[in-house]
Amino acid sequence: MIQVAQLFKQFDKTEVLKDIHMTFEDGKTYAIIGSSGSGKSTFLRCLNGLEKPTSGSIVIDGVDIVKNEKELPKLRQHIGMVFQSFNLFEHKNATDNVTFALMKVKKISEDEAKKIALAKLKEVGCDHRATHFPHQLSGGEKQRVAIARALAMEPSVMLFDEPTSALDPEMTVEVLKVMKQLTHTGMTIIVVTHEMNFAKEVSDTVIYMDKGEIVEIGSPKEFFEETRTARARQFLANML
Amino acid sequence: MNIDFTSTIPYIPYILQGIIITIQIAIVGAFFGSLIGFLFSLVSHRKNFLGATVRGFIDFFRGTPLIFQLSFFHYGLPQIFPGFLPTAFQTAMIIFSLNSSAYLAEILRAGIEAIDKGQIEAAKALGVSKFHTTIHIIIPQALRNVLPAIVNEFITLTKETSVASAIGVQEILRRQAIVTGTTYRPFEPLLLVGITYYVLIKILSILGKMVEKRLKYDSSSTTI
Repeated sequence: MIQVAQLFKQFDKTEVLKDIHMTFEDGKTYAIIGSSGSGKSTFLRCLNGLEKPTSGSIVIDGVDIVKNEKELPKLRQHIGMVFQSFNLFEHKNATDNVTFALMKVKKISEDEAKKIALAKLKEVGCDHRATHFPHQLSGGEKQRVAIARALAMEPSVMLFDEPTSALDPEMTVEVLKVMKQLTHTGMTIIVVTHEMNFAKEVSDTVIYMDKGEIVEIGSPKEFFEETRTARARQFLANML
Repeated sequence: MNIDFTSTIPYIPYILQGIIITIQIAIVGAFFGSLIGFLFSLVSHRKNFLGATVRGFIDFFRGTPLIFQLSFFHYGLPQIFPGFLPTAFQTAMIIFSLNSSAYLAEILRAGIEAIDKGQIEAAKALGVSKFHTTIHIIIPQALRNVLPAIVNEFITLTKETSVASAIGVQEILRRQAIVTGTTYRPFEPLLLVGITYYVLIKILSILGKMVEKRLKYDSSSTTI
């Protein structure tokens, strides 16, 4: 469980996150939506400490990561992250991208790590690209390898930061398909996305953010069909 | 044409033995220069005392001529520290190491900055330590980015060892001057020295090309 309370984040003088309260329950899928600059990516990045909050608390399985920065490297092993720009290690092929953290962080032997890597690559449908380097992969393949890399660590939480924003529609479909499979595995999944259909069909809870605040939280049905706030209605109107 | 090797020929082995000194200075300079330069490149951007000191050091070695650095170390410092009497060869090895470390630190820094920061974040998000990220992600890519510049620096370093002749190091150029002093014929030994340097540099750049090829990371499979 991830409990966020009174979370504030400032960059210089701009307030990016203002008094965020949110509880993420285990095994659920959350979609965070909102226009650019709403603070949704910053919020997500706070959840694994890539962004340091100005104040507030983020309690993950009983540990406040704002106060206990030393716990972060350990905690991050349980929190997978997938980025908009894939961020694959460019000098390593797909398999080695996956095995790297397994060997260096989990201290798993090379043979064992390779087995895990191949299994995970198969899971995301990229096993035929196992020896390819990132620059030889399509965008969708890169993102799927990045997902395999995160999954190999067997995290209990997966964070997706606009995973399909850099992809064309066809590739978006492949990646969303893989993500959809993950929702049935018991992992907590938190996705920052512009894909309204994904939010609508796959998530358990939709979080709408605007100007650094959580404006509305609800089930997809509630949010898309019975939108309560004017700001969210405006946002949805602009999306369609 | 006034070319006659007869008086120079007996001295050819003497001149060519200078290659060993030249190569020694170049290798020591390249090795310690890389080592120190690498350490400097990791801290030179830091906004603390260590970073400022390293930046000052780099600035000094890039901001003054090599011949000044050699003279200052060899002739200047012993006046202030009476017990400090480095031989010309020791001076050359130390100054060439420090001088090339300053340039290599800047080259490597550029290589590090050229790496896409997202990969470093990805490593962080996977729980990888800073140490492993530096060794396995940052350094290999930084090196690959700047390998041509590094080879270039080694070539410059090898050629500049000739400046050490000015403080009396018996490297190849110095030996030419000594031979000319006895034979009164500058052209023949100079020609020999020029060819030697050229061959030396050629070998170095071929080696550099080979390493560059090996470090390319797409030799194993095909592009889609």
